[in-house]
Amino acid sequence: MIRFISLAALLLLWQIGASLSDPRRLPGPAAVFEKIYEEAVSGGLFFNLTITLARVIAAFALAMSFGTAIGYVMGRNRLADRLLDPWLVVLLNLPALVVIVLAYVWAGLTEVAAIGAVALNKLPNAIVVVREGARALDPHLEDMAHVFRFSPAARFRNLVLPQLAPYLAAATRSGLSLVWKIVLVVELLGRSNGVGFEINMAFQLFDMRLLLAYALPFVALMLGVETFLVQPLERHVSRWRRGVSRRLDRV
Amino acid sequence: MNDTSHAGGAASLDVSIASKDYHSANGRPLRALEDLRLTLPAGQAGAVVGPSGCGKTTLLRLIAGLDKDYVGTIVLPEHGRLGMVFQEPRLLPWRSVIDNIRVAAPHAREDDIAALLDELGLAEHASHFPRELSLGLARRVALARALAVKPDLLLLDEPLVSLDAALARDLREMIARLIDERRITTLIVTHDLREAIALGDRLYLLSARPAHVVATIDVPAPRRALERETAERIEAQARDAFAAARAGPQRDIPSA
Ligand SMILES: Nc1ncnc2c1ncn2[C@@H]1O[C@H](COP(=O)(O)OP(=O)(O)OP(=O)(O)O)[C@@H](O)[C@H]1O
Ligand SMILES: [Mg+2]
Repeated sequence: MIRFISLAALLLLWQIGASLSDPRRLPGPAAVFEKIYEEAVSGGLFFNLTITLARVIAAFALAMSFGTAIGYVMGRNRLADRLLDPWLVVLLNLPALVVIVLAYVWAGLTEVAAIGAVALNKLPNAIVVVREGARALDPHLEDMAHVFRFSPAARFRNLVLPQLAPYLAAATRSGLSLVWKIVLVVELLGRSNGVGFEINMAFQLFDMRLLLAYALPFVALMLGVETFLVQPLERHVSRWRRGVSRRLDRV
Repeated sequence: MNDTSHAGGAASLDVSIASKDYHSANGRPLRALEDLRLTLPAGQAGAVVGPSGCGKTTLLRLIAGLDKDYVGTIVLPEHGRLGMVFQEPRLLPWRSVIDNIRVAAPHAREDDIAALLDELGLAEHASHFPRELSLGLARRVALARALAVKPDLLLLDEPLVSLDAALARDLREMIARLIDERRITTLIVTHDLREAIALGDRLYLLSARPAHVVATIDVPAPRRALERETAERIEAQARDAFAAARAGPQRDIPSA
């Protein structure tokens, strides 16, 4: 409810700002929503949103799976940690733009370069977070699993994953927003479709209606993913903390 | 340096540890066990009694294969399937009671698990998460988990510690009944002599650190119907052995 009021206030502020300024610089909400409708009807909006979302998902999945694997190994193995840590530091401090430009120069203006560059930007953060989680794995439970001869799969599912879950959730939350912001830059610099490309077009044409007509739905989409996918998943994996078993069905 | 193997036939647990050192941060080794020998016949319950901090948990960890950094030999009973109750329950906090058991004993039949939960008074807690359980209940879950794997050797580390007297007595009787009925080769570790007499067919008295066995005392069967007099006699015998070990040169204590 409060969120709704706050959102309404933002819209109002926007309307006031728009009425006080040049509509070419800041078009009002009505004009933007009209443009969104136009783009939706023409199919362009849906097409570009889908393409960008697909890039976000691909880059995110790539970064998270490699990040989890590398982070886990670094957290568990001293030698690997010492070996890979300098690389990690370099990667962490490499500006996103440099990675993107290098990727395009070396691999051409291709889809692989685009997604790879985004994934590479997210990767070090995923590694750092998962490494922290792997270091914090409870050795007592490890011993218990050893005595009861857990299979590797059982160990992963029942021991490792639940302990890494909060770290993976943190990496996911910070990761999604980072990834979608970088995807737009990658599209702007070297792709001929997607929300970032459209925003670049709008900038070239100085068409702020078009710019907002792409930016807003995309932000809304990512908010939707966060609210309806990430958060419920997080609640699901942490339900044991709240002791809700009495409400769960007995198996 | 060390050797853990599985014996054939109606074998027993056979422990012979020359030494076990911990390497502390300041570089000086800390000797936890020295020249510790014990043999436990199959189907019997052995109780290791020793002062606090003497190395009892260390001994169980070596037997369980959790620490291989020692000099000596440990021969496990045939097949060597282990069930263990750690000093703390060590349940998976994110799994319900019944799932904790299922995960540790994936081959156990559902009705066997249900029967076990029933027998340990845990049926109504089956779907609870560990954080909803008292320590006494959590211990019983840990015990159920250890029994569910049908162990060839059951290891219990201070199973009654930190429970109030009534709960401790209930759990002690429960353990005694379970291991008697099932004839599981069991090694119990405790600092409480009476507890050891109540649970063990054979007592191993440990010295202070570095721990070795100062005396082995057999408790006459049937242990559950032990007469008060007999229990008191064994207790006195054990106290004498402990006192002698503290007084005399430790290596010369004869085994009773
Ligand atoms: N990982 C370790 N590193 C160094 N020293 C250790 C380690 N584990 C135990 N010790 C030391 O070894 C000795 C024996 O410890 P252990 O836990 O086996 O004793 P215990 O008889 O089980 O004690 P308690 O009655 O407190 O359970 C203690 O002095 C302890 O400080
Ligand atoms: Mg101990």
